[in-house]
Amino acid sequence: MARAAVLGRLTWRAATVAAMRDETATARTLTLDIAGWPGHLAGQHVDIRLTAPDGYTAVRSYSIASVADGDRIDVTVEPVRDGEVSPYLARVVGVGDPLEVRGPVGGWFTWRAAQSEPVQLVAGGSGVVPLMAMLRARAAAASAAPFQLLYSTRRPDTVIYHDELSRCVADGLPLSYAYTRTVPAGWPRPPARVDAALLAAVTFAPDEHPTCYVCGPTAFVETVADLMVAAGHDAQRVRTERFGGP
Amino acid sequence: MTHLDGNAAAGDLRTIFAVDVTTATGQCAGCGQTAPLGSAQLYNQAPGMVARCTNCDAVLLRLVTAPGRAWLDVRGLTYLQLETA
Repeated sequence: MARAAVLGRLTWRAATVAAMRDETATARTLTLDIAGWPGHLAGQHVDIRLTAPDGYTAVRSYSIASVADGDRIDVTVEPVRDGEVSPYLARVVGVGDPLEVRGPVGGWFTWRAAQSEPVQLVAGGSGVVPLMAMLRARAAAASAAPFQLLYSTRRPDTVIYHDELSRCVADGLPLSYAYTRTVPAGWPRPPARVDAALLAAVTFAPDEHPTCYVCGPTAFVETVADLMVAAGHDAQRVRTERFGGP
Repeated sequence: MTHLDGNAAAGDLRTIFAVDVTTATGQCAGCGQTAPLGSAQLYNQAPGMVARCTNCDAVLLRLVTAPGRAWLDVRGLTYLQLETA
């Protein structure tokens, strides 16, 4: 999508929940209708604002999961324990309910179809959301850029977009799971976090000069990004998006 | 204290600026490193947001917002290189 350099100042827009879909036992995708949505790039996020009856407001950022498609965007929300916004979005909000949305924002952690270099995606938990947007954008653009995905998740049943990712694999996407708590029967690697050996085995090597997108909880992103730079990746080519948390 | 990426400041910065400042390259006044603002360390568990240099931890930018007002301190940046085309 072509985007003028001068965008104009950003304001809050009214959005309506148009559809909902459960992705796992806890994660839910919300399709939002936003009149006049200007389109977005894969990897961008929106800020969602909730306002209580007493005027108290809470704002959180959510990655956009879908490719640009008129006035509709998808966000996938994994509820954070004791969170102010995510439990409402993942469990309480219903079709037809209004929300306030500001976006799209964030031009740094993005993939553009004009990029032809290899792309290494590394997701921790719901960090897969903006990376799924990149996979979808790559398919929508019929891009030939080589992509690989390493997806760290707790258990097989916590995989978000499981069926769609299986179709991506059938279409040739090299996808590796790192299960941190429970592995499927017969899985060769015991439950463990992503480490240097796994990165060396299943991700693009530094001499292939991939652009790397690492997204997930802060500790996960910190660990993976440090391991990738230590392995020889150019720090400027390891783009990170931390979700916060421990 | 944990931090996020400068990318997470994009929403609040776009309420002030007409361009996406997180894609701009900034030079740290402390150590001279140049890097996209979106790759800085962003601390936002506070009344405002503080972006710090990934090389020397110096404060690059501070932003405090309140209803109808915002305070922006960019003395930690010697320049910002913005894409205009």
